[in-house]
Amino acid sequence: MEETKKRWISIYVENEIGVLARVSGLFSGKSYNIDSLSVGVTEDPTVSRMTIAVISDNKTFEQIKKQLNRSVEVIKVLDFTDIPIHMKELMFVKVNSCTEKDKAEAFRVAQVYGVTIEDYNKNTILFQCVQSEEKNKKFLKLLSDIFGYRLEVVRGGTVAIEAVSYSDR
Amino acid sequence: MEIKGTELFVKALRSEGVDKVFCYPGGMAIDLFDSLYDAKDIDMILPRHEQGLAHAADGYARTTGKVGVCLVTSGPGATNLVTGIATANYDCVPMVCFTGQVPRDLIGNDAFQEIDIVGITRNICKYAVTVRDRKDLATVIKKAFYVARTGKPGPVVVDLPMDIQRAMGPDDYPEEIAIRGYKPPTSVHVGQLKKAMTTLKNAKRPVILAGGGVKIAGAGEDLTRFAKAMNIPVMTTILGKGCVPTNDPLYIGNIGMYGNYASNTAVSECDVLLAIGVRFSDRITGTIETFAPKAKIIHIDIDTAAISRNIVVNIPIVADAKKALDEMNQHTARCKTEEWLKEIDKWKAENTISMKDYKGMTPEKIIGEINKAFPHADVVTDVGQNQLWTTQYLEMDGKRKLLTSGGLGTMGYGLPAAIGSSIGNPGKPVICIAGDGGAQMNIQELATAVVYKTPVIFCILNNTYLGNVRQMQDMFYKGRYSATYLGRGEKQSYIPDFVKLAESYDALGIRVTDESEIAAAFKKAKANKKGPTVIEFCIDSKYDVYPMVPGGKALTDMLLK
Repeated sequence: MEETKKRWISIYVENEIGVLARVSGLFSGKSYNIDSLSVGVTEDPTVSRMTIAVISDNKTFEQIKKQLNRSVEVIKVLDFTDIPIHMKELMFVKVNSCTEKDKAEAFRVAQVYGVTIEDYNKNTILFQCVQSEEKNKKFLKLLSDIFGYRLEVVRGGTVAIEAVSYSDR
Repeated sequence: MEIKGTELFVKALRSEGVDKVFCYPGGMAIDLFDSLYDAKDIDMILPRHEQGLAHAADGYARTTGKVGVCLVTSGPGATNLVTGIATANYDCVPMVCFTGQVPRDLIGNDAFQEIDIVGITRNICKYAVTVRDRKDLATVIKKAFYVARTGKPGPVVVDLPMDIQRAMGPDDYPEEIAIRGYKPPTSVHVGQLKKAMTTLKNAKRPVILAGGGVKIAGAGEDLTRFAKAMNIPVMTTILGKGCVPTNDPLYIGNIGMYGNYASNTAVSECDVLLAIGVRFSDRITGTIETFAPKAKIIHIDIDTAAISRNIVVNIPIVADAKKALDEMNQHTARCKTEEWLKEIDKWKAENTISMKDYKGMTPEKIIGEINKAFPHADVVTDVGQNQLWTTQYLEMDGKRKLLTSGGLGTMGYGLPAAIGSSIGNPGKPVICIAGDGGAQMNIQELATAVVYKTPVIFCILNNTYLGNVRQMQDMFYKGRYSATYLGRGEKQSYIPDFVKLAESYDALGIRVTDESEIAAAFKKAKANKKGPTVIEFCIDSKYDVYPMVPGGKALTDMLLK
């Protein structure tokens, strides 16, 4: 009943100034914790879609959905917790102070793990990773094992959409 | 045809049936005021402070059922509304608050009297929006009124930049509006209702708990009919008090922290609890684990988010209270509750609320006189002991309205709200009951009451203390009166002198120091129909409110004296 776990919601909102503040304010005002949030405009320019991850128990999660639903600016709330979806997170990782040997290693790693090297110069490599949040997390662990403290990381929020045939979380 | 933004604003108010605007001018609202100057069919009510203005609009809305309209300038004009907006939001009062704003090109520049009022009020109102395009002005105002008055009512903030007010644009005002993100429930789930009715009919010890939602829906009579047909006793929250006549044999009383013994015992013993239009706040439930431990709970509320938030509910029904009761009234059957009612009557007799043990002019006697002299007058309370005594001792015939800041507990609410309700109901007597603390929080509105000739009877129960806190300091803090004494010391008289103060406002002021003078004072006040009367009741500072459930305790752990 009181299972605390990570859950996903996707909401359609009015594409207006202040709506992001309204949604995030609702979370902070009621002490709900946002794990990640991403937002972007949809096929309809008057509508934005947010993908929000929260860590909560069942009761709080039900409240979050209800509270979002009753907001005038929120058009629709979809619970992605237990349905087939595709979701990806964008992550950039820079590895600084690379030797030639490091660079060769980096290219090998990229090939094996299906990420791309978006850019590099004499002693820096830039990885671009578009994977699930979980895979990115594991990949990051691997990089820090290999390259230690030379990493610079930036991660975007996850975006998700309902699956059409198979699911890839 | 193209018209100025402010002219469209006036047209919009007319279309929404607004004939009173509670307003206070300023630099960024002056064009709006100028356009209203010509609108002879819209009265401008000018209070003395924007907080008073918001509470007046609130009192007007609660007693007329119309939307209360506020109009203020930017910056401090807007921030002064904030407490009033939060008060209305908590108690679900429909209001639309228009705030002036600096021109769009100055927003974000720290311009004079610029404030992000939409940002400030976002979490304390139903909807807040800045109009950013002249062509959206009509739809935004339409949306504001629609959102404020439908579903679970509440306040809406519409921020109007100066250049939008001045801009020329279309003169159309829509008759209807559809908002894709806002669909208040309009029907009742019949299956759930059937389940509820079966559960009730099989109950041996059922009770009904009625909250403010019953009153907002105007379902008091429907509820009374339902309770009588089913023979089920009724208890209320403070905001629900009065939806069933208080002298009805089926009425038990208020429940909660300051509820009576019979109600709190009955809710703890019942096997089915039908809760309508309540949100199960901590003041009602006591500790959640101990609330109605033996009961199956049926909860009817228009707000999905209120259901199963604090209390886990067995049969949830999302609906307007009146719609649900209409439906339920068609399927009533008398329950076998005779034994249960007898038991409740026994609890009632065992512990009646009373101040008989106190000597002198107790609030029970003062409110008792109000019951006698003004059986139908609307009553507005401030917040604190005055509020609790009123909700304990006031008799309500089902028609009398009781206004109180039940959710937010706003001191200073009473007087302006009473003025607003008087403005909305000319000729109907209005009594405000306040303490000496809250009375001073919006005392400047006496001027408003005089100017608009509202015959509000403003009763100040002066015990020289912030009594509710003082009582808790006595009970739980060894009588350490930390910052609760409002007097000047033993031998010095209280300031202000409320009688002189009233007179300085050209109002009638009466001081009552002995219970033998109560009736005469009310008689004088009744005769004074041209304006407000201030009656200061100098009461003993040691009067406490009992029974009471200490914070964090179960309803059955109530302190009876």
